[in-house]
Amino acid sequence: MSKLLGWKEMPIGTLILKPGSTEEVKTGDWRTFKPVIDHNKCTRCTLCYYYCPDGSIMLKTENGKVVKVDVDYYHCKGCGICAKICPVKAISMVEEVR
Amino acid sequence: MPKIVGLTGDEAVAHAVKQCDVDVIAAYPITPQTIIVETLGDFIANGELNAEMVHVESEHSALSVVTAAALTGARVFTATCSQGLALMFEILYITSGVRAPVVMAIANRALSAPINIHADHSDSMAARDSGWIQLYAENVQEVYDLIFMAYKIAENKEVLLPTMVCLDGFTLTHTLERVEMLDDDVALKYLPKKPTYAHPISIEEPATYGSLALPDYYFEFKIQQEFAMNRAKEVIPKAMEEFTKVSGREYYVYNAYATDDADVIVISLGSTSGTMRSVAKELRKKGIKVGTVALRVYRPFPAKELKEVLSGAKVIVTMDRTLSFGALGGPLFEDLRSLFYDEDRRPLIADVVYGLGGRDLTPSDAKAIFEYGLEIAKTGHIPELVKFVGVRE
Repeated sequence: MSKLLGWKEMPIGTLILKPGSTEEVKTGDWRTFKPVIDHNKCTRCTLCYYYCPDGSIMLKTENGKVVKVDVDYYHCKGCGICAKICPVKAISMVEEVR
Repeated sequence: MPKIVGLTGDEAVAHAVKQCDVDVIAAYPITPQTIIVETLGDFIANGELNAEMVHVESEHSALSVVTAAALTGARVFTATCSQGLALMFEILYITSGVRAPVVMAIANRALSAPINIHADHSDSMAARDSGWIQLYAENVQEVYDLIFMAYKIAENKEVLLPTMVCLDGFTLTHTLERVEMLDDDVALKYLPKKPTYAHPISIEEPATYGSLALPDYYFEFKIQQEFAMNRAKEVIPKAMEEFTKVSGREYYVYNAYATDDADVIVISLGSTSGTMRSVAKELRKKGIKVGTVALRVYRPFPAKELKEVLSGAKVIVTMDRTLSFGALGGPLFEDLRSLFYDEDRRPLIADVVYGLGGRDLTPSDAKAIFEYGLEIAKTGHIPELVKFVGVRE
């Protein structure tokens, strides 16, 4: 994160002149449980990718085929929808320990 | 030559808004709405005003629409009163928070329950902390004139704050009075048409509007609003002075009568000020030293100017047409008491709460209020901080 701006340096009225800044917000901090994918069980059906409300499932493709499914932990809020929807129970919710 | 016409307060607002050449109007005919937007609807239908009239499903949506329209750089308007303003409350803070220079007419009316719809200031006074500039009109001519000044102030780049023009329900909204109108070219010279928002919505320069600001940024945005209010304190008298030049009608943040040597000064908002002044004139004829201040700007509170005009008085009587339940007194009273706290020589300040739900304040009530102030001046004692005038026990 860059240095926080003072009120004199900021644009007024909640304006953010650079669009897409939401991506910089680390919503991963909100998690209490994190989804962990068991890649041996995962069939790469991509249901989790479509159900994730935050676009936090990342698909790695080769020649148009999905070869690996990963979680974007910077943005994943740990809602657990992916674990619930997984048809082969390849995703488990593991408590965050810091 | 300026036209002289007979207009009700509602019509005066509509004519002024038309002459300001607004682009977007949104309204919902909640009871009690006024004839303001109805008249504007006629203007649009007749081709006299080229504006978009958005019919919305509630007052909450009406303010949402004009707020968003203002962000495109449009000049916008809406009007409401009592319950309608109460329904807008959530959006009031958003309009000021995104710094949209919306101008809104408030026909001051009581809040339910009991259901009432008659004149008092409970509606706009409840919104005094919402970050809007508040102007109060004494008569229909002021209603008409303040609309032009409201846009001038709200759209000033140093300010960019929404502004309410408050006019007493029925007493001003439905009363026909003589009004001197501005010529259209004079009006537009005073208020040139230009994009009003700081960064109007555009495809070329996309931006995020109405963003999230968590504990790391929220405070800074609010402080920006507060400093805009402070700058408005400088901008408002200038906008009024300029208006005086183009209209020939004297405007300042207040209208003072006989304050120079007055022992007792009564300060009030809205149409009551006319009654108080006329009774003060009668008392002056008998050599009784009373004066009046009709306050035209309530937010931002013109502290410096009020201190100057009021500090010579022995007694100040504030007139609040609203109740701040459980507080020390009415809002005007509390502001004035705070104003003089640091002074070595403090006038005695007493509050009068009157006229709730449209109860008339008669000239004999007004006389009794001056006599009450004179009694305090004589004894040096305020018998009760808040006196209720015109209520049955």
